Amino acid sequence: MRIALFATCLADTLFPDVAKATVTLLERLGHEVAFPAGQTCCGQMHVNTGYQREAAPLVERYVEVFAPYDAVVAPSGSCTGCVRHQHAQVAQRYGPPGLAEQARAVAARTYELSELLVDVLGVEDVGAAYPHRVTYHPTCHSLRLLEVGDRPLRLLRHVKGLELVELPDAEQCCGFGGTFALKNADTSTAMLADKMRHVLSTRAEVCTAGDASCLMHLGGGLSRLRTGVRTVHLAEILASTQEQR
Amino acid sequence: MSVDLGMPVTAPRGVGHLRGEESFPVAARRALADPQLRRNIGKATGTIRDKRLRVVGEVPDWEQLRTAGKAVKADVLARLPELLEQLEQAFTAAGGQVHWARDANDANRIVTELVQATGADEVVKVKSMATQEIGLNEALEAAGIAAWETDLAELIVQLGHDRPSHILVPAIHRNRAEIREIFLREMGAVGRAPDPDLTDEPARLANAARLHLREKFLAARVAVSGANFAVAETGTLSVVESEGNGRMCLTLPQTLITVMGVEKLVPTWRDLEVFLQLLPRSSTGERMNPYTSMWTGVTPGDGPQEVHLVLLDNGRTAALADEIGREALQCIKCSACMNVCPVYERTGGHAYGSVYPGPIGAVLSPYLTGVQDNASLPYASSLCGACLEACPVKIDLPSMLVELRHRHVEADRDEHALPTAERVAMAAASWVMADPARYAAAQRGSRVGRLLARRGRIGRLPWPLSGWTSARDAPAPPAETFRAFWARTRGPGS
Repeated sequence: MRIALFATCLADTLFPDVAKATVTLLERLGHEVAFPAGQTCCGQMHVNTGYQREAAPLVERYVEVFAPYDAVVAPSGSCTGCVRHQHAQVAQRYGPPGLAEQARAVAARTYELSELLVDVLGVEDVGAAYPHRVTYHPTCHSLRLLEVGDRPLRLLRHVKGLELVELPDAEQCCGFGGTFALKNADTSTAMLADKMRHVLSTRAEVCTAGDASCLMHLGGGLSRLRTGVRTVHLAEILASTQEQR
Repeated sequence: MSVDLGMPVTAPRGVGHLRGEESFPVAARRALADPQLRRNIGKATGTIRDKRLRVVGEVPDWEQLRTAGKAVKADVLARLPELLEQLEQAFTAAGGQVHWARDANDANRIVTELVQATGADEVVKVKSMATQEIGLNEALEAAGIAAWETDLAELIVQLGHDRPSHILVPAIHRNRAEIREIFLREMGAVGRAPDPDLTDEPARLANAARLHLREKFLAARVAVSGANFAVAETGTLSVVESEGNGRMCLTLPQTLITVMGVEKLVPTWRDLEVFLQLLPRSSTGERMNPYTSMWTGVTPGDGPQEVHLVLLDNGRTAALADEIGREALQCIKCSACMNVCPVYERTGGHAYGSVYPGPIGAVLSPYLTGVQDNASLPYASSLCGACLEACPVKIDLPSMLVELRHRHVEADRDEHALPTAERVAMAAASWVMADPARYAAAQRGSRVGRLLARRGRIGRLPWPLSGWTSARDAPAPPAETFRAFWARTRGPGS
C-alpha cells in the first residue's frame, strides 16, 4: 500500500525523529511511503486560536497535496483531528467553491498512526523491541476527537521487552492546548504539574503518547525539573528493534 | 464573509453578573496561587466526578437518553415562540400571571414591583441561577427588600459576602472550617445566631442553618424561585433540589414569583421523564432527585395563592438567532461539564467572572453578552473535550469555544484596523505555511534557535513564548529538519 506521510509542521521542524520513525516502521511492515514535498501544516493552531480565515490557504494546500493518495498518515492525534473535524468547515467558510467537499474526501482517508496500523493495515504486533519501563498518556484529541481507544496500548503490549505501566488519571489533559499554554500559561502549568506528578508516580523511564505537541509540553516540564524521565513518541517506540540496541 | 454578531439585548455592565471585572488569565492566576481553594475544589470536583461516572454507568440506555434529551431541547428551541405562548396560556388559565422581561433591568423591576405590591419587605429565595444572573438580590436590596437565600450553599455564599463559584454547588470553594467561621461571624446579624460552641461537624453546621432558616420560612410572605423546567402543555413549573428548603419556599408563602430563562421549556409532561433521569445523575451523581417540586398555577386553599412567572430574555433570543450559538441554550444547568473540566478544577468558578463558569459558562456568557464583553472566556480551555463527553445533552462545547474564538478574532478585525501582534503573527505564519519554499526557508531560519540551546534544550524564550519557558524547557531545533533529511537521503519530493 502506498501511504503518504503527513509529517506535521511540528515534527518536521522540531522533532524529525518522529517522522523518520513513522517511515522506518511503515517500510519495515512492507509499505511504500511517500513524502509529498508540498506539504506544510494542517492549520490547527490557526483554527483553534480563532484565525479560520488564515487557516483556509493551509486547508487548501493540504487537500491539494494529499488528494492523490489512498491513505495519509500523521503521527499526531490532534493534527488528524483538525483535518477530520475542522477542515471542511473552514473550507466552507473561507475556501474556494468545492474545497469543502474535497476536504471531506481527503479527511476520510487521513489516519492517525495507531488507526492506520490497527484498522487499515490490520497489524498489532509491529515487530518492535524496546526494553524500558514505559507509561502511556492518551492525548485528548486522539482519545476524544478520534476515539482511538486502546489501539496504542494494543500496539505497545506487543513490543518486546517493554514494561507498560498504567498512568493514574491518564485521561486528564496535560495542559498543552496549543496557544492555551501561552494565553493561559498559569493554568496550563497547574495542569502540567499534576500530569507530571502522575507520570513520576509510575516510576517509568519513558512517557509516550501519539502527539509530539503534548510530549513537547510534558517533556519540557519533566526536563525543566530535571526528573530524568524522557518523553518518546509512540512511533519511535514502534520503530525500534532488537538490532538497533 | 463577515460575521454578523448581532447585539444581544442584555442589561449593560454593572447590572447582574454575566461579566467579570478582570480577564480570565488574570483572575485565574490569583486563584491558582490559593492552596486552600485548589484543595477544596480539587477534592469536591473529584468526588462528584467519580460519583457521576458510577451512576451514569448503571444506566444501559444512557446514550439514548442523551440523544433524546438533545432532541427535545432542539425541538423546543426550533419552536420557542409558539411554545412560550402555549405556556403563557396554560399558566394563566391555571390562575398564574406571566410577565415578559427583555433584560436583567426589566426582570429586576418587575420582581421588585410585585414584592412591593404585597407590602412585604423581605423574600425567601430558592436557589436560582437566573436570579443570580440578573443580580436580583442587589436590586431588591436597593429597594429596601431583604432577600434571604435558603439553599444551604447559597446561604453560605450570601453570609460570606461572597459570589457563587459553581452553578450547583455555589460554595464549592469553601470547606467546613471556613463555613463554621462564616456562620459564627455573620448569622447572628441577620437572624438566629448559631450556638457559640458550633463545631465544623457537617451535622452541626446543617443544624445551625436549619434553625436559622426555619425562622425565615415561617415569617416570609413572598418567595422567589427559578425553575428547572416549565411544561408548555400544562403550564407546570418545576424545581429540582436536594434539601427540601426549596419546597418550603414553594409551599409556605402567600406569593410565589418565579424567574425563568425562556429556554427552560419542555413541550409536554412526558418529556420530563428524560430530563429527570439525565439531570440528577449528571449533576449530583444521584439516581433520583430528592425533592422534585411541581406546581401548576394556584390551588385554592393550598400553597401560594398568587403565582407569577417572569420570562427572562437577557440575551437569549440573540443566542437563539445564532445558528451555532443556540446549542448553548440546550443546557439544563447540571454542571457536569465544570466538574470534569481540568481548567475549572484548578481555577474555580470566580475566575470566569460570570455566574456561569466552566465550559458552559465560557460559551454561554459570551453568547448572552456578545463575545467582545467576555472576550477572554472562549480561550479558557485546552479544548480537551472532557466537557462534551460528560454533557447529558451532548452540547459540542469544544467546537463552540473554537467558534467563539473565531467570532472574537473577526470582531477585532472589524473594530481595529491596526492589527494586534497576534494577528500579525498568525497572518505571517499563514503566509509562510501556504508555500513550501517559504516554509522551508523559515525552518532554516528557526535553526537560529540552536544558539539559545544548552544540551538540546532552551530554558528561556522571549515574549510571547516566555509563558512557555516560565515552567517548561523548549526543544532546541534539530540540525536537520525532516524535510531536509528526506531531500538529502531520497531526493526532492516524491
